[in-house]
Amino acid sequence: MTVKEPSMLKQKEMIARNYDRLTRAPQHGEKVVSTFVPGNLNELLLCFDVVSNLPEINALQNGMRKKTGNYILEAEKLGHSEDVCTYVKADVGMMAKGNLAPNGEPLPSPDLLLLSYTGCFTFMKWFELLREQYDCETVMLHVPYAGDGVITENMRSYVVKQIREVVIPALERISGKKFDIDRLREHLAESARAEDDLVRVLESARHRPSPIDAWFGGVYYIGPIFTAFRGTPDATEYYRLLRAEIEERVALGQGPITPDGEMGEQRYRLVVEGPPNWTHFREFWKLFYDEGAVVVASTYTKVGGLYDDGFRHDPSKPLETLADYCMGCYTNRNLPQRVDLLEKYMRDYDADGLLINSIKSCNSFSAGQLLMMRELEKRTGKPAAFIETDLVDPRYFSPANVKNRLDSYFQMIEQKRRNRPTAA
Amino acid sequence: MTTTAEITRRCLALYEDLDFASVRAWKAAAPGRKVVGYMPVYVPREIVHAAGMLPVGILGGGDGLEVIHGDAYYQSYICRIPRSTIELGVTGRVDFLDGMLFPSTCDVIRNLSGMWKIMFPKAYVRYFDVPQNYVDAIGGSYYAHELAELREGLERLGEVRITDDALRASIAIYNENRRFVQAVYDLRAREPWRAPATEVYLLMRAGMVLPVEEHSALLREYLDAAAREERPRRDNARVVVTGAFCEQPPLNLIKSIELSGCYVVDDDFMLVSRWLQGDVPLDGDPLEQLALAFLHRSVSTAMRYEPTQAEKGRFLIDSVRRTGAEGVVFAAPSFCDPALLERPMLHSALQRAGIPFTSFKYAENAGQMQPIREQAGTFADSIKLWSAP
Ligand code: SF4
Ligand code: SF4
Repeated sequence: MTVKEPSMLKQKEMIARNYDRLTRAPQHGEKVVSTFVPGNLNELLLCFDVVSNLPEINALQNGMRKKTGNYILEAEKLGHSEDVCTYVKADVGMMAKGNLAPNGEPLPSPDLLLLSYTGCFTFMKWFELLREQYDCETVMLHVPYAGDGVITENMRSYVVKQIREVVIPALERISGKKFDIDRLREHLAESARAEDDLVRVLESARHRPSPIDAWFGGVYYIGPIFTAFRGTPDATEYYRLLRAEIEERVALGQGPITPDGEMGEQRYRLVVEGPPNWTHFREFWKLFYDEGAVVVASTYTKVGGLYDDGFRHDPSKPLETLADYCMGCYTNRNLPQRVDLLEKYMRDYDADGLLINSIKSCNSFSAGQLLMMRELEKRTGKPAAFIETDLVDPRYFSPANVKNRLDSYFQMIEQKRRNRPTAA
Repeated sequence: MTTTAEITRRCLALYEDLDFASVRAWKAAAPGRKVVGYMPVYVPREIVHAAGMLPVGILGGGDGLEVIHGDAYYQSYICRIPRSTIELGVTGRVDFLDGMLFPSTCDVIRNLSGMWKIMFPKAYVRYFDVPQNYVDAIGGSYYAHELAELREGLERLGEVRITDDALRASIAIYNENRRFVQAVYDLRAREPWRAPATEVYLLMRAGMVLPVEEHSALLREYLDAAAREERPRRDNARVVVTGAFCEQPPLNLIKSIELSGCYVVDDDFMLVSRWLQGDVPLDGDPLEQLALAFLHRSVSTAMRYEPTQAEKGRFLIDSVRRTGAEGVVFAAPSFCDPALLERPMLHSALQRAGIPFTSFKYAENAGQMQPIREQAGTFADSIKLWSAP
C-alpha cells in the first residue's frame, strides 16, 4: 500500500519481528509450535514462551509473493493430487524447495505440531503429512463441529479436557515450563481488549461512506489477532492505533485506503462470503475499487473468531473460553448459521448485494455455497453473484472471467436499484 | 437351494432400484414405521435399530441416476456423492426418510448436513460426530454423550423409548451381522474365485437397505451357496482396493478390476458394516460399550486421526498380509480430499513395506472403463511377473 499509517507500520514490524524470532528460534533455544489459524490457542502458547509457526500464513505470504504456483507444482510432482487443497500443497512444495520463510531464512523444524482442527478436516491430513516429514510430536485437539448450531456442554467439556489433559502436558514437556493459569488469564484479558477495538473497526463499515473495506482491507486488520499476537500488548496497541485511525476517517467522511490511494465514490456496498485470492490480491481488489465497490462485511474475517457476534476471551473461565473460541469460529458453524449471519450482515450493513468467492481448494467454505446464495437471495431480495478462484493456486485465477462476472453483477445491482420505486 | 447367481440377482435389483421400493415396502408394512438414512462412512446403526427404525445407507446415485438438479448445488470441483444425494432428495426418491444422519467424514458431508436442514426442514437431521481423541475418559466420554443425544433424538422422532435392553438386543443382532460379513470377506480372501468382487460388493450393498436380520440371512445363504459351487480358478493377481470408503465406484469399475486379472481380496467399500472389529460386548452400559468399541476397535481410514506416525499405513499393510494380497489398488473419488491426501502417506508406507501399488481416480457416474481396465491389467501383469519363480 502506498500510504503508510502508523497501524500498518506497526503490523509490518510485528510480522517481520516474528519471522525473525521464528527463524532464529533454534539459535536462541526457543521451541517452535506449528498450528492452524482458526481456533488457535495463542494465549495458551504464550504461557509457554514458544514461537508459533502458522503454515496457513506461510502459504498466504508465499501466495502474495507469487511463489505458490511453483510450490504447488512441486507438491504435485511429489505425488499430491491436483484435486486437493492448495494450501497443503503450497506448504509441502515450500518444504521441498528449502523451506524458506519470507525473510529468506530457513524455517526451523517444529518441536510440536498442534493439530487444532477447527472447521476443516483437511487440517488433520495436513499435519499427518507434516508429521511424516518432521517426525516430531503431534498433538490432536479435536474441536467438534456445531452441527446443530449450538455448543453443548458435552462439546465444551470434551475440548476443555483435551486442553487440560493433552495439550497443556505436551506444551509443558516441550517447553520445560510449568503451566501458569494466572498468566493465561492475563493474556486472555489482553485479547479481550484488542477484540473490543477490532469490533469497532469492523462495525465502522456501517457508515456511509464506509471508512474500511471489510474484506480486502479486513484481511490486514485481522492479521495480528488471528495469529501469533492475540493476547500480547503489541496486538492491543495495534488495534488501539487502528481504531483511532478509522475513527478519524469516519469523522472526516473518508473511504478506505487502497493500493492506489483513497477510494473514490462508493457505488456498491457488498457483503462477501469466502476467502480472497492471494496470488492476484491487488489486481483482484482493483476490480472492485475501480468500480466503486466496497466490501462492508465479510465472513472470511471471522474464521479466527466471531467477535462482532459478541464473543470475547474471558479471563474468568480460562479453559472454557478457549474451548468456546475454538468452536465458535465461522467455519465451525453450521450452514444455517452461516446463512443467518450473512443475512444479518446484509441488513445491518445496508448492503446492495452478496458476493460469494468460491475457493476451489476449500471444501470447508465452498461446499454448500450455492445453496447459501439461493437462500440469501430469497430472504433478502438482494442480488447475489458467484465467482470462483483459489487461495494460492494461480491457475485458478482468471482475471477476465472475474471481471466479466463482476461487471454484470454491478449492472444487476444498478438494475435492481432502478426498479425499486422507493429508491431515491 | 439358492445359488450365488440368484442371490446376486436379488442384490443387483436392490442396488439398481433408486426408488428404494424395498424400503418403502418395509415402511408401509406397519403403521408408524420410521426410516433413518445415513451417509458414509460410519454411524452406529444399532441405536436406530433399537428404536425399531430401519437404517438405510444413502450412497449417492451411482451411474444409474441422471443428475439434473444436484449440479446446481455444487461447484465442478466437488465430488459427486453430495450432488447425487441432493438429487435423490429433491426428486422425492428418498421421501420416505424420516431422519438423516451425516457422519463426520469430511467437510462436504458435514456441510451437506446443514443443507439438508435447510432443504428438508421436517426431517430429523443430525451431524453425527465421532471422537478423534481415543482416551476413554476424554474421547470416550464425549462419544458416549453424543450417542446418548442420538438416542434421545431418535426417541423423540419415533415417540418411543430406547431401553438398554433393546440396545443390547440390537448390538447382538449387529454382532451377528458383522460375523457374517467378516465370514464373506474371509472366504473371499481365502478363495477369491468363489466370491467375486462384484458379488461381494452387491451383497454388502444389500445390507445398506435390507433390515439387518434379512441381510444376515442372505449372507448365510451366500456363504452356503459359495461353498457348494465350483467355479473356475484363474491365475489372477490378489489385490486390496482402498480409498473408496465414501463415494462409491460404479459397479463396472469393480468388474473392470476383476476382468483385468485381479482378485480383490479386501476393500474399504461400505466400511460401516465392518467398522467395529469383532463383537461389541453385551454386558454393561450398551452406549459405553459402543463407545469403547469405536475407540479401540475401529478400522483405520482417512477420516480417522492416526495418533502415531509408526501406525500410519499399518492397517492397510496388515490387510495385505492377512489376505495374502500381492498389491494395492488405490481407487479414490475425484476431488476427495480425505482419500487423496491420505494417499501419499499410504504410498510411502507401502513403499517401505515393499508392496506394489497403483492409483487412479473415479467418479460414481464414470462411464469409460477402458483406461482403468488397462491400468489394472498392467498392474496385475507386473505383479505376476515379479512373483514368477
Ligand atoms: S480446506 Fe480450506 S480451511 Fe482447510 S486447509 Fe484448505 S483452505 Fe484451509
Ligand atoms: S467422496 Fe470424499 S470428499 Fe466427497 S463426500 Fe465423500 S469423503 Fe467427502
